Amino acid sequence: MLMSNRARAPKIESQLVSLANAGIRRDGRWLVRGVDFSIRRGEVVTLIGPNGAGKSTTAKLAIGVLRPDEGSVARLSGLRVGYVPQKLSIDWTMPLSVRRLMRLTGPLNDADLLAALASTGISHLIDAEVRYLSGGEFQRALLARAIARKPDLMVLDEPVQGVDFAGESALYDLIRSIRNSTGCGILMISHDLHMVMAGTDTVICLNGHVCCRGTPEVVSQSADYLKLFGNSRSLAVYNHHHDHTHLPDGRVMHGDGSVTDHCHPDDGHHHHDGHDHGHSDHDHHGGHHHGDHAEAKGEGRV
Amino acid sequence: MFDDFFTRALVAGIGVALTAGPLGCFVVWRRMAYFGDTMAHSALLGVALSLFFQINLLIAVFGVAVVVSLLLLALQRRQSLSADALLGILSHSALAIGLVLVAFMTWVRIDLIAFLFGDILAVTRTDIALIWGGGVLVLAALVWLWRPLIASTVSEDVAEAEGMKPARTRLLFMLLMALVIAIAMKIVGIMLITALLIIPAATARRFSASPELMAVLASLIGALAVVGGLFGSLHYDTPSGPSIVVAALLFFILSLLPAAGKNTAEKAGNQGVR
Repeated sequence: MLMSNRARAPKIESQLVSLANAGIRRDGRWLVRGVDFSIRRGEVVTLIGPNGAGKSTTAKLAIGVLRPDEGSVARLSGLRVGYVPQKLSIDWTMPLSVRRLMRLTGPLNDADLLAALASTGISHLIDAEVRYLSGGEFQRALLARAIARKPDLMVLDEPVQGVDFAGESALYDLIRSIRNSTGCGILMISHDLHMVMAGTDTVICLNGHVCCRGTPEVVSQSADYLKLFGNSRSLAVYNHHHDHTHLPDGRVMHGDGSVTDHCHPDDGHHHHDGHDHGHSDHDHHGGHHHGDHAEAKGEGRV
Repeated sequence: MFDDFFTRALVAGIGVALTAGPLGCFVVWRRMAYFGDTMAHSALLGVALSLFFQINLLIAVFGVAVVVSLLLLALQRRQSLSADALLGILSHSALAIGLVLVAFMTWVRIDLIAFLFGDILAVTRTDIALIWGGGVLVLAALVWLWRPLIASTVSEDVAEAEGMKPARTRLLFMLLMALVIAIAMKIVGIMLITALLIIPAATARRFSASPELMAVLASLIGALAVVGGLFGSLHYDTPSGPSIVVAALLFFILSLLPAAGKNTAEKAGNQGVR
């Protein structure tokens, strides 16, 4: 499954897929360029960005639907992918039940099939014809299909589009619980910034290139992000992790265990730059999770 | 009534219909009706080349259909013209070149009508062997390719992402199409092969709850159309190809009747299970 330039692509067992300076060009225009990131087992990576930023293109690069015109993409050999594309139109002349859709790309036993449908809440639609499903029901069916494959990597391109408000958070909870129970990696594209902030390990903000990346907290406060999405107060950060702790004596203990007198973004102890230290909800208690976010390291801006 | 030539025609026609049914379903699902037409029209060019170079007719027709479909794929990739316009250009120019070439070869006399619209009398024992041999080959390949074909018909992206090779699947599907066109040409004729692919599949749609059932029903409906059409052709002294297509059309119209729907569905369903 390895693509071009084997030597250049880092080949680490825990990395399910890694993109190195990947770019794709169509009609003389770069759709995306210089994309660098990797997904490890158990990691949720979310791509955000405006329309036309190249989110779906990047996802397709990662799973080999598109080949890079520049750079390289390496996938773990034998990587099992479950893919929920952004758009899927089934010609109505094909009689396809939900049950049959579940077995689209591989055999599946009844127990797993039923369990996956139950998890997305559409057990009752098992024999329904796909063309009569509503948009939200269809998304649930597609998600169930991807889950039932028990993939190493799930790629979800706007998985909850058309799903009702109550269902949305339930499906996001489900996606998280699947990651927790199976340890699969997840690459997600989402416009729901609440979800992005709450359930993602790494956020990559795209706009033809990687604008900024890091933990949700980092990205939501970076200038590039604010430029693209505006300074929306409603975007609460649910889990606020810090890479440093302010000690009672005024010194600062960093995520790497070192202690300094001051707190500077560029002192090398921080996992990212562009971090805003002036925010009011700064949590000064000890016992944070530190160092969990290696992905954020030195990648504040490109 | 059952003259020897007629039995041969029946056996050959049923063989073609059984093969064309499942393939026709994919032509319908993938919206390739015009594509199939183009490949079929190119068959006349194959006929002309086979006469000119004195090579086997079947091989020449198959070869030309493959070349035309590859040409189409290549041209579509350049995206300079819409697929629709490209198909129109290739379809009619292949047919026209074939007709012109045949006219040039004044030393051979061929029954053009037989090639264009099929001819019962032309069916030989060798043809039957080729039709059933080729048909078994095509159906075996379809069974082998079934899951990737269905998956890439639903979504090439999903198929590719989940470890299938939709580009290879598409290519193999075209080879199968070319083979069916080559073996069906004698029965229904170049102009009407697409009808034998599409009409039984469209008729089967209404009574099918799964792609698999639709494929089986399309085969059976096609076989019924062949039997009905050939008897009609014998009785009314009409050309075999058009008679088969008219019979298929009658089944299609019957399937549209609202009252007939339910009963026929059950009957057809039982047939499908057997």
